[in-house]
Amino acid sequence: MDREDLLTLYRQMLLIRRFEERSAEMYALAKIAGFLHLYIGEEAIAVGAIAAIRADDYVISAYRDHGHCLAKGADPGQVMAELFGKATGLCKGKGGSMHLVDAKRNFMGGYAIVGGHLPLATGLAFAVNYQKRDQVVLCFFGEGALPSGQAHEAFNLAALWKLPVIFICENNRYGMGTPVQRAVALYSNVAATARSYGIEAEPVDGMDVLAVRALMRRVVKLVRSVPHPYFVEATTYRFMGHSMADPAHGHYRTKEEVEEERKRDPLVLLRQSIMNQKLGTEADFKQLEREVGEMVAAAVKFADESPFPARTALEEDVYIE
Amino acid sequence: MLISYREALNQAMREEMRRDDRIFLIGEEVGYYQGAFKVSKGFVEEFGSQRVLDTPITEAGFTGLAIGAAMAGLHPIVELMTFNFGILALDQIVNNAAKIRYMSGGQLSVPIVIRGPGSAAHQLGAQHSQSLEAWFCHVPGLKVVAPATPHDAKGLLKSAVRDQNPVIFIEAQLLYSIKGEVQEGEYTIPIGQAELKRQGKDVTIVAYSKMLLLALEVAELLAREGIEVEVMDPRTLKPFDLATITASVKKTGRLVIVEEGWRFAGLGAQIAESVYSEAFDYLDGPIVRVTGADVPMPYSRPLEDAAIPDRDRVLAAVRRLVKGGN
Repeated sequence: MDREDLLTLYRQMLLIRRFEERSAEMYALAKIAGFLHLYIGEEAIAVGAIAAIRADDYVISAYRDHGHCLAKGADPGQVMAELFGKATGLCKGKGGSMHLVDAKRNFMGGYAIVGGHLPLATGLAFAVNYQKRDQVVLCFFGEGALPSGQAHEAFNLAALWKLPVIFICENNRYGMGTPVQRAVALYSNVAATARSYGIEAEPVDGMDVLAVRALMRRVVKLVRSVPHPYFVEATTYRFMGHSMADPAHGHYRTKEEVEEERKRDPLVLLRQSIMNQKLGTEADFKQLEREVGEMVAAAVKFADESPFPARTALEEDVYIE
Repeated sequence: MLISYREALNQAMREEMRRDDRIFLIGEEVGYYQGAFKVSKGFVEEFGSQRVLDTPITEAGFTGLAIGAAMAGLHPIVELMTFNFGILALDQIVNNAAKIRYMSGGQLSVPIVIRGPGSAAHQLGAQHSQSLEAWFCHVPGLKVVAPATPHDAKGLLKSAVRDQNPVIFIEAQLLYSIKGEVQEGEYTIPIGQAELKRQGKDVTIVAYSKMLLLALEVAELLAREGIEVEVMDPRTLKPFDLATITASVKKTGRLVIVEEGWRFAGLGAQIAESVYSEAFDYLDGPIVRVTGADVPMPYSRPLEDAAIPDRDRVLAAVRRLVKGGN
């Protein structure tokens, strides 16, 4: 393993982690409002998967989208400014946490109607085939979207028309407070849902960024060479509440369960692996913490000092003239 | 040339698809079946199955797919077999197509046309006989077009296809076979322009889609009684050409709005409110609405007839307004 490569992956996950921790603080200070869904604990999936694609490949996500957006290369300052509702935000403050879009990086958005963005992902992939291009589409969603009708319609169309879309199911075991066992009939084998449409499917440990990237590199190569859909079930765990409105455990899961899962923190796992292989030192990690800390502090400063949108922005961007 | 409304739509799409290969047609039965109402006759033969896509019966899925394709630079035309089935695609239309440009701060756009027949035909029952245009008009980010004549249908559909915004294009089953004069050669009609369909001085009737034909029939009958009706067709329901409609009302002093949709919170209520705001002092009487009944559409013929505005009701409404106002 290459030291720089591993430290880069760690740095990307660390950026998402520290960015979101600061977001939570800013939420407590009422600098950020509305819904704020944190990705903490699931960073290895976005970072590992997006590390396996090209810059011009498409990524689309649900409402827990900060991690995917940052991993696709969005500027943390613009993302934080969007969370603050500022004019300098990615979407000029009109989208918010759940609707980040960075079109120039082909990050096609976060969508907040569960299941509703899976058909959009098939459309992006349809356009790739139609224009005889060779991009792939990564579509991230939680296991809570699996039973939705729109997910099934998307699977069927993707399989029927051989669309180059990779459905990445982030199975964190809870759709808000409802465990997967009480929501998905095939809960112990969610990949079977996709297989029933003739879509190849594989599970991966979503806490292991290297495993995610290795699988995704293989899958992306397959899908790029001969367009067809693929389904990846990345098993993971959400360390925080569903949103800022609820605590990490609450009534639907125990504190002990959360603590147990936290032992498999994807950042800790990668750090241990790097240390065990003697590819990095305490000093390296301190250095990364410092760099990322400064980057996040700069993002917060940028967001805080940016102006709110002018009143004249209200009716802009509804239609194209 | 004299052609049917169906043929006008066919020509509009055909001309646009020849012009721009980013345009494709997608929907149930649009290809080998030639369209449930034969609007896409000959398309799969000319453009191939890569650009004329028969879909499974999954409105949310294929409408969402088309929206995603539009986000990536294509220009889809989605045919809904009827707008009743479009209810299954409302999440995609309302939450995605209408909002993506705004939510992204102008980064993304959704150039898409979603078209098909709305309103009642003959005894198709409650689930196949709905006029849902008010729903779409309510949503910021959508444009809504409902032409009544072959000429307007062709010119407006071509404009809709060229528009960079999502356009809801509402046809009517009972209009498909009706013929009308259509301009030869290339033309478009701008979205957002009403048209004077018959000149008069005593009262204005605003009517769109197949209710326009009813309004014109009534105007003809009333002319024999010495009542000169001005008939205005908004053609586009959103953005609404209030200026043109208001100018007519200022001239006649009276307004009757005829719409097939349900009365409560129907489109006519909005038109009336807008006209009151702009032209209250010019009115010689209250704005009158003739609407569909607030019931699910019954199957039985006499009941169905009673639920839809007809000649007698429009005649009575206009006569009452004109005589009462004098």
